[in-house]
Amino acid sequence: MLGFALRRAALAVAVGLAVSAIAFLLLRVSGDLAATLAGEEASAAEIERIRGLYGLDRPVIVQYGEWLLRSLRGDLGRSLFYPESVAKLILDRLPNTATLATLGLAVALLLSIPLGVVAALFRNTWIDRLALALAVLGQAMPSFWFALLLIFFFGITLGWLPVSGTEGLANFVLPALALGWFSTPVLMRLTRAGMVEVLAADYIRTAHAKGLPVRTVLVKHALRNAVAPVVALASVQFGNMLSGSVVIETVFALQGIGYLAWESISRRDFPVVQGILLVVALFYVVLTLVADLLNAWLDPRIRSG
Amino acid sequence: MSEIALELRRLTVDIPTDAGMLHAVRGVSLTARRGETLCVVGESGCGKSLTTLAVMGLLPEGAKRGAERMELAGENLLKASPSRLRALRGDRMAMIFQDPMTCLNPSLTIGDQMTETFLHHGKGRRRAALDRAVALLERVGIAGAAGRIGQYPHQLSGGLRQRVVIAMALMCEPDVLLADEPTTALDATVQLGILQLLAALQREMHMALVLVTHDLGIVARIADRVAVMYAGEVVEEGAVRAVFDTPRHPYTRGLMQCIPQPGITAPGTRLGTIPGLVPYLVGEVAGCAFRGRCPHAMPACALPVPVREDAAHAWRCLL
Repeated sequence: MLGFALRRAALAVAVGLAVSAIAFLLLRVSGDLAATLAGEEASAAEIERIRGLYGLDRPVIVQYGEWLLRSLRGDLGRSLFYPESVAKLILDRLPNTATLATLGLAVALLLSIPLGVVAALFRNTWIDRLALALAVLGQAMPSFWFALLLIFFFGITLGWLPVSGTEGLANFVLPALALGWFSTPVLMRLTRAGMVEVLAADYIRTAHAKGLPVRTVLVKHALRNAVAPVVALASVQFGNMLSGSVVIETVFALQGIGYLAWESISRRDFPVVQGILLVVALFYVVLTLVADLLNAWLDPRIRSG
Repeated sequence: MSEIALELRRLTVDIPTDAGMLHAVRGVSLTARRGETLCVVGESGCGKSLTTLAVMGLLPEGAKRGAERMELAGENLLKASPSRLRALRGDRMAMIFQDPMTCLNPSLTIGDQMTETFLHHGKGRRRAALDRAVALLERVGIAGAAGRIGQYPHQLSGGLRQRVVIAMALMCEPDVLLADEPTTALDATVQLGILQLLAALQREMHMALVLVTHDLGIVARIADRVAVMYAGEVVEEGAVRAVFDTPRHPYTRGLMQCIPQPGITAPGTRLGTIPGLVPYLVGEVAGCAFRGRCPHAMPACALPVPVREDAAHAWRCLL
């Protein structure tokens, strides 16, 4: 297991480096940054001055190396718009996004796994069809629309929960529901498919032949083997949530990463965009590593493979 | 005569299909005694596996079971509640399935899978369960058993896995061990060892071993008694020598001609075959199911056929 973990970690570092290079280069090829920064009425001399000021006149590889080294020390540069450093901007907003994403993932898993298991157990009955209907509804409804419905019902009509801001945990309930709901259908269908397949396996019959209680058979013998693809997909979903849902953060006025990214892109605040890209990419790399390790823990055949 | 461990009287298993009711098992009666190996032979689809699954209460969804009597060591299984059946399964009756490659859980260790039966049936604590698992693994011929406990199924060969499956079934010392073609999925070289092991364990633990197979060679080697099944019925049943030496049912005789006999079958001779196909069991089946393939069929075969018997065996035929 340790060897497997080390191999995976080494791979993750390599992927992280590659991703950082791509993040850096993508922004460079999106146009002449110096010209953009100088503004539309700037003279050629002024553009050249800005090019020199930001070091944009040096070879790209040198710029990348310098940026990478500084990034490794936690210095992501300065925002062109805000007075704070990029690192501080991101760190200020990260807790909001992280709270939202964690709660969103919890909502998604708490809904999708039990529903998927129940749908598999009662497959092709009305219960299964009801779960399928919920899944279709969840996937068909745009997340902003579902968020607005939540605000309307729980926030305004019932007045139970706050509809905007980030003061307390209560502020995160509705956004987390809206975010989690959107990931539920696909995770549920995957759980159902996995369970249907596993429940037909010979080792489930063996478990019944041992006289084990139904719950033990379902959880210990079946679910554990059925959730591997769910873990992989859930980690990607979590990555999506962590990279910030612009829509949900905007609807609920949550100052998170997604909102910051959207703002910075529209302002051409390239150091911030670059920083967010790097941080988000690293999230994905770490999450993929975690999912790999989780799956290896769940399924011993992966460890030795 | 020794104690009866399992008794079945007129067991039926019906499976609803789109074409109508499939009468897969039609009135099977079997008796398995402690310290005895009963082999159930027959070709694919004759209902032999379903018979064992019906005993365990593990029939596929939708299948309907009926019986006049079904007793495990004197306890009426027909009246047992689902929770009582769970308590008996794995404890008083255990089952070994055909394919050891797929009937062990890939994500749990051998030790975990073996001890959970013992722990669940309240036979003792974890330490005792582990000790028993190691002892049984050693008994079934697995070297370095203590080290194997922490391994996963994919780390073992097919033959070793079947030994693990056997040891696992014996954790609670069942009265009856049902084995459904336990060697079919294994290499021929491994088969004999597994069979000899099963026979030895059956004697040591004084259990009733019910071995389902389509291989008459296996029957000749380890059976005390044999039941020949055809189209959901037992057509002949008795002591293994009596059935092999003086088969009375034409189907049994046909089966015997299909296997070469050392010293009797001359090299180069063609082995016998039974012409025709197994009958279709959807809808009502009347009379002898074998009459369509039988060289001795007569008009009376279409009527219900009585069971006839002599001192050593019984058969369902007019001859």
